[in-house]
Amino acid sequence: MTDTLESQAGEVLLEVDHVTLRFGGVVALNDVDFHIKKGEILGLIGPNGAGKTTCFNAMTGVYRPTEGEIRFDGQQISGRKPHHITALGIARTFQNIRLFPEMTALENVMVGTDARHKTSVLGALFKVWPRVRVDDVDLPRNRVKRAFSQTFGVSRHYAEERAGRRVAMGLLRFVGVADRANELAKNLPYGYQRRLEIARAMATEPKLLCLDEPAAGFNPAEKEELMGLIRKIRDRGLTVLLIEHDMRLVMGVTDRIVVLEFGTKIADGVPSEVARNPKVIAAYLGEPDDAA
Amino acid sequence: MPEISELWKSVNLRERWETAPTWVRMIVSGILLAIAIYLPFLNVLPFAYIRTDLSTGGSDWSGVLTTIVIYMIVATGLNVVIGMAGLLDLGYVGFYAIGAYSLALFGSPDSPVTHWFADKFGLSEGWSVPFVACVPIAIAIALAAGVVLGAPTLRLRGDYLAIVTMGFGEIIRIISRNANGLTNGPNGITNVPTPPGPKDPDTGQPFFNPIDGYRWYWLCLAVLILLIWLVRRLEYSRVGRSWLAIREDEDAAAVMGVSGFKYKLWAFAIGAAVGAIAGLLFGSKQTFVEPTGFALNLSFLFVAMVVIGGSGNMVGALFGAFLITYLPERFRGLSDWRPFCFGVALVLVMILRPQGLIPNRRRARELEDRRLEAEEVATDD
Ligand SMILES: Nc1ncnc2c1ncn2[C@@H]1O[C@H](COP(=O)(O)OP(=O)(O)OP(=O)(O)O)[C@@H](O)[C@H]1O
Ligand SMILES: [Mg+2]
Repeated sequence: MTDTLESQAGEVLLEVDHVTLRFGGVVALNDVDFHIKKGEILGLIGPNGAGKTTCFNAMTGVYRPTEGEIRFDGQQISGRKPHHITALGIARTFQNIRLFPEMTALENVMVGTDARHKTSVLGALFKVWPRVRVDDVDLPRNRVKRAFSQTFGVSRHYAEERAGRRVAMGLLRFVGVADRANELAKNLPYGYQRRLEIARAMATEPKLLCLDEPAAGFNPAEKEELMGLIRKIRDRGLTVLLIEHDMRLVMGVTDRIVVLEFGTKIADGVPSEVARNPKVIAAYLGEPDDAA
Repeated sequence: MPEISELWKSVNLRERWETAPTWVRMIVSGILLAIAIYLPFLNVLPFAYIRTDLSTGGSDWSGVLTTIVIYMIVATGLNVVIGMAGLLDLGYVGFYAIGAYSLALFGSPDSPVTHWFADKFGLSEGWSVPFVACVPIAIAIALAAGVVLGAPTLRLRGDYLAIVTMGFGEIIRIISRNANGLTNGPNGITNVPTPPGPKDPDTGQPFFNPIDGYRWYWLCLAVLILLIWLVRRLEYSRVGRSWLAIREDEDAAAVMGVSGFKYKLWAFAIGAAVGAIAGLLFGSKQTFVEPTGFALNLSFLFVAMVVIGGSGNMVGALFGAFLITYLPERFRGLSDWRPFCFGVALVLVMILRPQGLIPNRRRARELEDRRLEAEEVATDD
């Protein structure tokens, strides 16, 4: 509970400001308005087709809102390109897993770390310029090269490659995929793929991590484990936006919940409040949620 | 067939190569390089049967080797575009032509462009740009052409891109054929310069001449090795990973921070530059450049090289280039059947080995895993 109070006092990280999004005649989001505060875990729930994924897509630059604005860290982001938004600090996973299937788990995560790197085509081609200093762990093993690097520094390509690999392995360990780091993503078991997506998103060093039904298809034990992981992510200083169908789980892990139905926000508040909200009960009534 | 592939697998060259110590790799590379350098003089039976000039009417062996290596350069460049970035470019011959024509237009004293410069600036009769200066000019023009073609079209996906690039290849050929004032039209441009080198003291022939074909072969081989080395560096870097990510899932890559447009444009421009280098070598060796040498079907041949060998794998692409250039030359007797055999071979590869003859390491591993899975399922029952 103290957690909740603290986060309520936190600064606003992301503002969804009266956003409407139409696909032809379909109104996927209708004047949706909410915000996320730094350091909280916000749940975004709602029945099928409520517009949750569409909301993610608008936030990450996949779609441009028809009306309204989205602001992140004080900057307007709606309508900007996805890779700009990633650079600003929003990362996401996909509801239907979208890894790079023919790349290894490690390479998948390294694509994420590359988002913060600067090696250009020329830098990778010639590996001479610009030169940077690195810590001892990242120096080459070979004695001669080591001495050379200590005097002249290493190329940025080399430094970033080493650092990227180290960070990526660390993240794989964090989510529990490290034992199969060199396997192709498409050959990993389902649960590994879900967690690998989280690692890849975290590798872009986001401030806000958006998870689109990360527990879909998990059994209750696996779901419980995943919720533990999400708490650990928050403890690392990330803000988390979580889409999840299983009400019980959402109640357990989130600080605040926003409920969507037919593209409209019908509730917004702490879990206990939302659970008692008659509109929410009505929305979920008669619609057995997939707690299986 | 299965026995052969089993045997092949038990040898497991790739695995051995990857785990071999550095000195072994260096020695093996050295031996392979020595063989490659020695090839034009190969005259020891039975190995000499690979030569193409044993029967009368056969093509000059050094000439064939040079063509093979030039096409290997093409395959290296096109593999970046198709294999790594996943962009189906059917107009690659356009860049090849741009390379050859850039050299001819600036380097030949007979070209309308050098004439114009000579008139305009009062330069001496027969003035032209030296070969060494033509190389960066050709690369720059190809890069620019790659960007000009890529910037508006790379937003298209798949089939649309293929059609637009095919149009580009045709446009380049048609311009070279019809812009008489610029390219001499169908007559072509003669006197295309050759690379500098010490003149033969006895005959006064330039170092790179049509008779000593092996010199051309060695030059092209050196260029090929340099380019492979550079492309490898890109492949195993942030740039290469971005290309793969775009090829695998462009939207997911964008959300992971990869600027799809930027990296696709780079792939296109790099491919264009490499293609131009190949075309430049071709034009220089011919010392004559004319439009019919750059027909559209050459583009298809180039794509076939990359796809047959195993898209995305450099060794595969090189092997594809070798097969497609060498086999028709070696079996000239069957020349009437060439298009037919070629078609059948392509279809067979697509049916029997859709991943290409030497698949990309990732693909190979994946297929292996699938086989193991199948075995597991079989033993479970
Ligand atoms: N690209 C699109 N074109 C047209 N309609 C779309 C598009 N994307 C989503 N929609 C529509 O928008 C509505 C909201 O879909 P969305 O995927 O956001 O729902 P969701 O809340 O994520 O549902 P689920 O729980 O099933 O994932 C649906 O009616 C859907 O059909
Ligand atoms: Mg959804």
